[in-house]
Amino acid sequence: MSEIQLIEIKEEILSDNKNLADELRKKLKEEKTFVLNLMSSPGAGKTSLILSTIAKIAGALRIGVLEADIDSIVDSEKVASTGIQAVQLRTGGFCHLDAPMVIKGLDAFDLKALDLVIIENVGNLVCPAEFDTGAVKNAMILSVPEGDDKPLKYPLMFSICDVLLVNKIDYLSLSDFDMNEMKERVIKLNPDITIIEVSCKTGEGIEQWSSWLAREVKEFIG
Amino acid sequence: MHELPVTQSILDIALKHAQMNNVTKIHAINLAIGEMSDLENEWIQRYFDYLSKNTIAQGAKLNIERVPVVLRCELCSHTFEVDIKKMEDICCPQCDEKKFALVSGREYYIKDMEAE
Repeated sequence: MSEIQLIEIKEEILSDNKNLADELRKKLKEEKTFVLNLMSSPGAGKTSLILSTIAKIAGALRIGVLEADIDSIVDSEKVASTGIQAVQLRTGGFCHLDAPMVIKGLDAFDLKALDLVIIENVGNLVCPAEFDTGAVKNAMILSVPEGDDKPLKYPLMFSICDVLLVNKIDYLSLSDFDMNEMKERVIKLNPDITIIEVSCKTGEGIEQWSSWLAREVKEFIG
Repeated sequence: MHELPVTQSILDIALKHAQMNNVTKIHAINLAIGEMSDLENEWIQRYFDYLSKNTIAQGAKLNIERVPVVLRCELCSHTFEVDIKKMEDICCPQCDEKKFALVSGREYYIKDMEAE
């Protein structure tokens, strides 16, 4: 009988996904298309934010939307009704998007004709945080009714995002959500994050968010 | 349910290294997972047992070493370990600052494996 040996591996578990994501970012740079990965829990306002964003910047940027859902086409129908190209990815039970799925979804677009593709990830604060989609920037929404304790419960999600949108601020007066406390918790996890307060309902903050996004897009596509 | 693709990835990497090292039986796979990442031993082992059936990794035990969250103070550069579940009251033990950079806690890799 042969002897048991210890074989050193030292390999990232998700290295295949990470490599594909890096390759995709390289390709996006060449094709001059910015991809934003938008994440949140279900009902935080991803689709509403996308619609508000389109209304604000579709005149200046050519936009496409990649919708991921476990099993429905409701969101892509809403986006397509604005005249923007929307592609629906049905994840078929999968709780997140990974790089191969995004690459497949982006195949449906003519990337050269687009400046920005927004990915609406599956509504979930856990799994999407673990998988690099190949997007240029990660954004997340935390909505006021969800509570100011979410950074404590889902630290990884808050730590991987470049921008946090605090949505439904029109509910603030009705809730005990502590904005300063929440921001402090987030900054402890991610000192470089940009935090923007918005309400898709009243339109507050959408201007600031749209300028942030437009600036990032221009910086990337040159 | 993201444990399933994660487990598949662990199995694929282990089988690849088994082939590279000409071993025919994998007994254990040792993982390093940061405290900030979600990976539950019980679930991942169950998925692994299912996926590894009829491979040379069948019956292998997955050992998870949890890597603690370590922060570095942005002001005085002091590094210290924290309990991520108690982020609430964290400030630098040396200078009271509340801004930090993450030194460790996001690990997600396979360290090594025991095989013959």
